[in-house]
Amino acid sequence: MRRILLALSIVLLPLAVGAQVTSVTGPTAVTAERLLRAADEPQNWLTYSGGYASQRHSLLKQIELGNVKNLELKWILPDQVFGAWQSTPIVVNGIMYVTQRPNDVLAIDAKTGRVFWQYRYTVSPDARVCCGSNNRGVAVLGDMLYTGTLDAHLVALDATTGHPVWNVTVADPKLGYSITMAPLVVKDRVLVGVGGGEYGIRGFVAAFDARTGKEIWRFYTIPGPGEAGHETWTGDAWKTGGGSLWVTPSYDPATNLTFWGVGNPGPDWNAELRPGDNLYTDSVVALDADTGKLQWHFQFSPNDTYDYDSVQVAVLADLNWRGTPTKAMLWANRNGFFYVLDRTNGRFLFGTPFVKVNWASGLDAKGRPIPTPQPPGQPTWPGNQGGTNWYSPSFSPSTGLMYVSAWEDYASIFRKEPAEYVAGRNFAGGGANPVTPVPGAPGVRIGRSTPINNWTDVVGHGTVMAIDPQTGLKKWTFRQFDVTDSGILTTASNLLFTGGREGYFYALDARTGAELWKASLGGQVVNGPITYSVDGRQYVTVISGNSLVTFGLRE
Amino acid sequence: MLFRRSALAAQVAWLTLVFAVPASAQLLNQDHPGEYSREDIATGNRVYGAQCIQCHGRDGDQISGVDLRRGLFRRAATDEDLARVITNGTPAGMPPFRLQPAELTGLVAFIRARFDTTATVRVGDAARGRAIFEGNGMCGTCHRVNGRGPRVAPDLSDIGVTRAPAALERSIRAPSTAMLPINRPVTIVMKDRTTIHGRRLNEDTFTVQVVDDREQLRSIAKRDIELLDVGTKSTMPGYADRLTADEIADTVAYLLTLRE
Repeated sequence: MRRILLALSIVLLPLAVGAQVTSVTGPTAVTAERLLRAADEPQNWLTYSGGYASQRHSLLKQIELGNVKNLELKWILPDQVFGAWQSTPIVVNGIMYVTQRPNDVLAIDAKTGRVFWQYRYTVSPDARVCCGSNNRGVAVLGDMLYTGTLDAHLVALDATTGHPVWNVTVADPKLGYSITMAPLVVKDRVLVGVGGGEYGIRGFVAAFDARTGKEIWRFYTIPGPGEAGHETWTGDAWKTGGGSLWVTPSYDPATNLTFWGVGNPGPDWNAELRPGDNLYTDSVVALDADTGKLQWHFQFSPNDTYDYDSVQVAVLADLNWRGTPTKAMLWANRNGFFYVLDRTNGRFLFGTPFVKVNWASGLDAKGRPIPTPQPPGQPTWPGNQGGTNWYSPSFSPSTGLMYVSAWEDYASIFRKEPAEYVAGRNFAGGGANPVTPVPGAPGVRIGRSTPINNWTDVVGHGTVMAIDPQTGLKKWTFRQFDVTDSGILTTASNLLFTGGREGYFYALDARTGAELWKASLGGQVVNGPITYSVDGRQYVTVISGNSLVTFGLRE
Repeated sequence: MLFRRSALAAQVAWLTLVFAVPASAQLLNQDHPGEYSREDIATGNRVYGAQCIQCHGRDGDQISGVDLRRGLFRRAATDEDLARVITNGTPAGMPPFRLQPAELTGLVAFIRARFDTTATVRVGDAARGRAIFEGNGMCGTCHRVNGRGPRVAPDLSDIGVTRAPAALERSIRAPSTAMLPINRPVTIVMKDRTTIHGRRLNEDTFTVQVVDDREQLRSIAKRDIELLDVGTKSTMPGYADRLTADEIADTVAYLLTLRE
């Protein structure tokens, strides 16, 4: 009888407490319907960007302006693998799922940091990636998790046991294809794109049946002969045109469109080898979630010679934009311009630089840049890593502001070189050196591997920017000494959480940029902070260096 | 004790290397330590672009704990070590590369030249260079080498590993044009009006770390600072007019032997 009562109480608990239930373990049962309404269950963090609109804005308010100074360390989970830890965890009913290098997945008690299970994946020696063995996270549907691998497989795991359910080959790693992004689940499908923009790949997005792993549709970011956009390529250049996808897309259920930021053309730096606009590189493409058909596109950087991937997260916001109700897409691009687009049709509404830009003098009426290439050997702003990059931004409906991790005072000298395509080998066509005050001095690079800032702020620094989408003006800025690759989180209590390469983790006032609290965690923050709650207590999690760290209010 | 242990370990490693891979060791013919021919460096550049860039990245810093352009390696210390690692791979997952002898020589040269394919520097006689360093050059007045000398200026005991010949020559001739920004001299006026002069060791948004002119390590919170002046002019005098071209070449040669 007691056993029956216990079983009954487990069944009834969710019904009784409704959306506040957080400590139930077992099958996660995240339905497609729940993913649509992720904002309604702020105790969970159900997708890479915290919901389909990718605002990274939580409605949790327990931690607020007045008590944020009382945040204290709750638990730390150290990674056993060294290297940049770029994964953003998801949280489902008190269980956190995070990836660690190269392609492991961990299920963690989000309250205590204790590990339920660890899935280890052995990456094929054929895998090759330009920029480290990165992985940015998992997706969830029902009681399954989905993760991409460095050797371009897509793996489905049982969320309760961590055992693989299916494993499909998405592309050939020997040709430089990889998967580093967290997939996105829409309805009963898992959507994922391929990386490899430095290897002369032909990028694509593919949708897989979440139950079986069967591929349902595929969209090539580089159009082939006979397809619209193919005319923006010359000769066979499209075959090695790049167009990688390495950051999770956004989704608008109202139009059933998924929005994908597309990476650089191949070869990266020698545009003479690929005359034309090179669609759909450095663009956002709007794909029908059911068919993969292209509905519209907007290209930020045609015929790019600067490696200005447009792999930023598309932030979707319904705004009263300059007096008109607008289904907007907000985009701070690696090329240094901030854009407002109409997400129903891709129409350019507005664009303005948010950092120093000298590769273009501005944007024309359609949003196309007016190029002003610098003479050989002269600095180009922003530098190779961009005015921002893949670091997740945030939009707060409460303040109406867009928050971006930007790099300022940072330039590179670009050079073009011949490039011959050899399958699976680097296909770059030149390079870029950061501008430094003396020859050979350390420049700011991808990631930080030393506790000493040898490059200093003379080669660039990070700034958290609060941009008003109405005007493009900065409401406030928060300057750091080193650059920052941290994502940003905002909450309904007007808090903003972010980090940086120096290993500080901050809570700022989202309205003013005032620093309210910080912790010195030591290691670079190269993921997006998240928030969730378990048993009615709110937590904030961030990864610093090789540690996943969770804070909560002092009890 | 620590030093003695690592010296022993290095000796064992070196012996292993001499007996295990004599071929690769013999490949590296240099008149002076640290001096590599432009042809070798250019060859290495090509090999690097084709074979190494995938994992190590364009700047040589994509593997954690390794920064090829800055001379930071997990295992290798000598040129022979580098050649061995390239040839044999590592237990951590680097595959073995079967390169032609000229390719291997070139790759080591390219890495040691800090990926700089343009520099040509004359390297003279190290023994004469040491005499200049310790004598009329008066370098030891500020710099420390192998435990001797003050700590005010950067310790040069491993400068032959961490700097390419071209950078060393530039540092001697016109120090301000070669001084790394992190090494810049700082003057800090505290809110209590005390003043600290020193050399910057590290800095972040909220703090700065220096070694002051009394050789003390100081970590200072910026909120306590009234004025933080970071100078761009090196406190070291330029030697372009103080030493002859031959003497500078000799000094470069000596510095290249400093590979603690």
